[in-house]
Order: sequence, then structure tokens, then C-alpha cells
Amino acid sequence: MVVKVFGPVAAACPQRVLACLLEMGVDFEVVHIDLESREHKRPDFLPRQPFGQVPTIEDGDFRLYESRAIIRYYATNLEDKAVVDQWLEVEAHNFNDLVYTMVLQLLVLPRMGDRTDFGLVQSCAIKLEKVLDVYEQRLSKSTYLAGDAFTLADLSHLPAMRYLTTEAGYMHLVSERKNVNSWWVNISARPAWKKVMHLMA
Amino acid sequence: MTIKVHGSPVSTASMRVFACLHEKGVPFEFVPVNLAVGEHKSEAFLSLNPFGQVPALQDGDLTLFESRAITNYIAHVYADSGNQLICKDPKKMAICSVWMEVEAHQFDPASSKLTWELCLKPLFGMTTDDAVVAEFEAKLGKVLDIYEARLSKSKYLGGDSFTLADLHHLPNMKYLMPSKAAQLFNSRPHVSAWAADILARPAWLKASGQ
Repeated sequence: MVVKVFGPVAAACPQRVLACLLEMGVDFEVVHIDLESREHKRPDFLPRQPFGQVPTIEDGDFRLYESRAIIRYYATNLEDKAVVDQWLEVEAHNFNDLVYTMVLQLLVLPRMGDRTDFGLVQSCAIKLEKVLDVYEQRLSKSTYLAGDAFTLADLSHLPAMRYLTTEAGYMHLVSERKNVNSWWVNISARPAWKKVMHLMA
Repeated sequence: MTIKVHGSPVSTASMRVFACLHEKGVPFEFVPVNLAVGEHKSEAFLSLNPFGQVPALQDGDLTLFESRAITNYIAHVYADSGNQLICKDPKKMAICSVWMEVEAHQFDPASSKLTWELCLKPLFGMTTDDAVVAEFEAKLGKVLDIYEARLSKSKYLGGDSFTLADLHHLPNMKYLMPSKAAQLFNSRPHVSAWAADILARPAWLKASGQ
């Protein structure tokens, strides 16, 4: 049975799920949801995801939402689960909010006719540099965040890292850090992630 | 004693871990970290959590940080001790996981902000910002509307039994219940009943020093 993934392929959280399904070799079909016309806030979408957010999945009659819950469900080969979980939490609580705010301010708000708060972007960037310093130290001890193998902890970073380093124009935060840079080059070259990029094109 | 928890009794994230350990009946040694003097930013503590945040846990050779990774670790590794906090069936566990994410991404940001404004700032001699309180009460209210719908169909957030999905809410709820924000919970019957139920759990009373 093909898993249905509801959401636009260009959005970060659906991409987190698509990357995982591609890594795991799980067949899926994307059902596009148009965020600009607020399709995700309409009464016919809310039964799928009561918070009005993407993605949500449908696997037969099994439904799930929250991208990190979805990837945990499909990635069954979780070795050293605790350390993977730890770095997934780091991504969710220390990394994601900062990048999300920067991307929202720099890319999304102007598209909606609102003004970018450059002061806010700058303060997020400063905080993000400190977070990436911790990653730099971590990645000097292991090839991937949770150890020597690629796990969900690395995968979960892919969508936001891509937005940060390309469209938001903050590649220098990564390229200035040797280990973070090698890690990013490595994980973004994975065939499954390239397929997600292809879907987005 | 194999487990050490480095944290602070006033820290919501630390309380989350204490709650889990008490539910499982797993003995542990509490190592206090003095936040007031910045001990969480000391080199010694940074070697446990490079982000300089409490709590951190040591179990033999394993060191972990991030409270929700720690609770998940304890609930899985000590699955056969004490109260069951997770589900063996993968689909049931996935639903539980959904609500753990909801707590982290929807409930926690709004409730933490209110805890800070209403409960913690006064303790530090700072002034509550009423505009911020109004903004976040509105946000939390919208989240709790969804909880009300969920809890009218399910006894606990993850399903029929109490799990980590419910437990993770306890620390912020403990701070907010004595404050004016309590009306957000009390005005929603299913949320109110659920909150009263989980806040009365013996393990929580022990964990929160009550």
C-alpha cells in the first residue's frame, strides 16, 4: 500500500518525511496542499491535522501527523535510539526555531507583502552560530551527530539546512566550520535527499 | 546507584525527568546544578550538555541531555519496571509520539512563556508583561481547544492509558494551575478532568516535592 503524504514538496516539514521514506524505501504519493490559499486551515483538512499544519500521512487507514513522530514510526532500525533521540531533540529545540524564524523573516514574509525584521534575523543568526559551534565540536568526535552512522538525527536537519544555506543566504555559517561543512556536504549528497530535491524542482 | 540526574528542582525540564523516574520506580541520585550562579554554564557541566541546559543524565557510560530524549530512554530501557509509559504496539506508540510532538511544539512554547511571565518573573523581582500574557493565553487557549476535542474521545492524549505524552505536560501545568492561567484549563471540562487526574498521580507528587 502506498503511503499518502499531504503537504507541498517545497515545505521543510514534508521534506523531512519524504527524505525518511526515500531512505527506507517506502513507496509514497504526495498529495499537494496549497499553503498560500490556506488549504491547511480549511474545515476539510483539519480532521487530518487539527493544528492546521503539514505534513500528515495516511497509510491504509492509519493516520499520523508531526513530522518527527512520522519519521520515528517509519525508521525502524534505530540503533542507539537514545542518542538519536537526543540529537533529534536538539534539532527540534535548539536548531529549528532559529532557522525557521530566519527563513520566515527573509523568505516568507516578503512574499506575503510584509516587512523583514532584520534585527530579529541577525539575533537568530548570532544564536545559531553558538549552536553550530556545539555541532562543530560534536562532529569532530563522530562522523554523524549520533555516532558513526547516518540516522534520523542527521536527516531531520536536511530541509532547514538547505533553506538556510541556499535561499536564506547563510552558507557562510556552515562553510566557516570545517566539520559542520563536511557533514553537510556528506548528508546533502545522499541519493534519497537528491530525490526530494528533484520532486521540488 | 547507576543513574545520576544533574538538574534543578525548579526547572520544568528537570521535573519532567524526575516524574518519569518516579513513575518507573527507578532509583537515581540527584546532583543539584545551581542555576542562580550559572553552574549550568561551567566547563564541568558543559561536558555533560554542551548546550549548557539542565537536565543531564548519566547511566553508567551513557550521558544524555534533552529531557524528552531522557524520558524516552528511561521508558524504553526500564519498560518492565513500575508504570508503563510507552506502547509496545508500533502504531499505538506512533500515536503516542504524535502527542509527544504536540506537547513539544504546540503546548510547551505557549505554556513556558506564561510560566515565565506569571510565575517566574515575580520570583526574580521582575514585572509581568500583561500584553505578552494576553497573547500567549490566547495561543494556549487555541491549543487547548484541540486538546478538549481529543480528550472527549480518548481518556489520555496517547490513548486509553497514561503515557509520556501526558507526563511531559506536568511541569508547566504545575506552575500554571495556581496562576490566573488556570482558567484556560478549568473552563474546558475534558482538559480539566485530565489535568486533575494526572496532577494527582502519586509519582508526580513525589517528583514535584509535594
